[in-house]
Amino acid sequence: MTTAARAGAAARTMRRARRARRGVRLRIVIPLIIVALYVVGAILVPILYHFDPLHTELLYRLKPPGTTVADGKTAIFGTDQVGQDMFAQMMMGARVSLTVGALTLLFAGVFGVLVGLLSGHFGGWIDMALMRIADIQLAFPSILLAILLASVLGQGLTNIIIVLSIASWVVFARVTRSQVLALKNREYVDAARTLGAGHLHLMFRTQLPGCLAPILVVATVEFGHVILAEAALSFLGVGVPLGVPSLGSSIQAGTAYLTTAWWISTLPGIALAILVLATGILGDALRDRFDPRLRSA
Amino acid sequence: MTDRPAGPAPSPVLRVQHLRVAYPIRSSVMLRRVGEIVAVSDVTFDVGPGETVGLVGESGSGKSTIARAVIGLVAATAGSIEFEGRDITRYGPQQLKAVRRDMQMVFQDPYASLNPRLTVRDQIAECWRVHRGQLPRAHWTDEAKQLMERVGLNPDYSDRYPHQFSGGQRQRICIARALALRPKLIICDEAVSALDVSVQAQVLNLLADLQDEFGLSYLFISHDLSVIEHLSDRVLVLNKGEVVEEGAVRQIFADPRDAYTRALLAAVPVVRPWLESPT
Repeated sequence: MTTAARAGAAARTMRRARRARRGVRLRIVIPLIIVALYVVGAILVPILYHFDPLHTELLYRLKPPGTTVADGKTAIFGTDQVGQDMFAQMMMGARVSLTVGALTLLFAGVFGVLVGLLSGHFGGWIDMALMRIADIQLAFPSILLAILLASVLGQGLTNIIIVLSIASWVVFARVTRSQVLALKNREYVDAARTLGAGHLHLMFRTQLPGCLAPILVVATVEFGHVILAEAALSFLGVGVPLGVPSLGSSIQAGTAYLTTAWWISTLPGIALAILVLATGILGDALRDRFDPRLRSA
Repeated sequence: MTDRPAGPAPSPVLRVQHLRVAYPIRSSVMLRRVGEIVAVSDVTFDVGPGETVGLVGESGSGKSTIARAVIGLVAATAGSIEFEGRDITRYGPQQLKAVRRDMQMVFQDPYASLNPRLTVRDQIAECWRVHRGQLPRAHWTDEAKQLMERVGLNPDYSDRYPHQFSGGQRQRICIARALALRPKLIICDEAVSALDVSVQAQVLNLLADLQDEFGLSYLFISHDLSVIEHLSDRVLVLNKGEVVEEGAVRQIFADPRDAYTRALLAAVPVVRPWLESPT
């Protein structure tokens, strides 16, 4: 191989590496912008539109996107079966979805990480007991659990958060446990042990920091799953109570008008798909960035 | 290293008697015990105050297991480990914690034995965080910097993370951490094996200086005879979990009696073989 050819090959490799890096960066930045837009929209739009979920405007019901409505505003996404602006309704729905997603992640994450730490750190029968509970949990369909809980506790945002937390803590527990098992026999953990560190110190100060990157990755992916699950529950009518707009319940409300007013179901559906897709891509990109070993998982 | 009069030290810091450590083999079903691997079968030795005792032997001879048993990372199956006259094999966690203040360990791999997510300062301060009341929090930074300076590190780097240091510097951090609680005994488990030869010499000299300054005792474990020769007062040669020979460094190196010791000495690579006298 001539020097020039070798230099060319080296330059190609470098270019490829740089392109790969830029790819990861783009895959992080673009979904982050999309999620940020949803967050900003969910906070601001309902306020700007003075959105009232119980308000009806029967003269302007089922209007297609772009119609000018009563108060002179343009309903860019059309209106629904009671004459409400779809755009405002969707953003209000996104507000509910994002809140449910964030709170669920918080509860499921804290609980799951705690279980994972205990399980991985102590091992033995504690590990066995906790992981069998996790297995049972995984085997139980969360929709079924949700319907059960909704019928027992009644509908409400708190109950959805409880149900979804119960359904998603297992992922956190497993990831944390496997990470702790990998770290547990590292010398620096032994070093902390020889200092005389107790279990709490070992779990939270020595091992937990090493688990944070994979937990962050899982949290991002789970965020999308939780939002989707919330929409599914609301679609089935066991999610948010009537009167609270949610992407899932908007989709459900539109199914009766699919042939005449396609936008009522379709637009919230697309909005949901984009949000879930963005968090999924973000999770994948973060995993490539933080923890290339997990890539095939 | 230090020329003390011959004869047993007044009262040993560490006295290990008939130590036996066996790792259980458990079946995957119900974790039943189906057998055991004996790592250390019957080992007895003392470490006097200010003394360095070397443990040599090839891989798998039980050196590291002895270290881990002494520091309490693995449980002794039989025998006793006395630290300043108290048998610590029967101690509970709280009593062990008190003993661990006086007994520290430097590990083999300086890349693995430092927590990658703690700065050097926090790494050293972890000792005081674990042993409350040793040092008020306000003094942690100053004391950590002093320790860094003592082991030959620039104290301005106290906010850096382990990956920003070289192997030798990392091992110095480990030594600073081991010193933080002013222990009486430091166990060095292959503490210089992962380092370059030139860095090895620097770290060994540092350990010798610290011994003179703080009156430390070392239990020094290595497979490298030249390292042991450099630092130890007495040597124990281990083979398959048993002590095959014990004695002063000079004596063992000049006149090895056990066949295994001779084989071990013969395996040391020689820099200028033509200068060696034929044996």
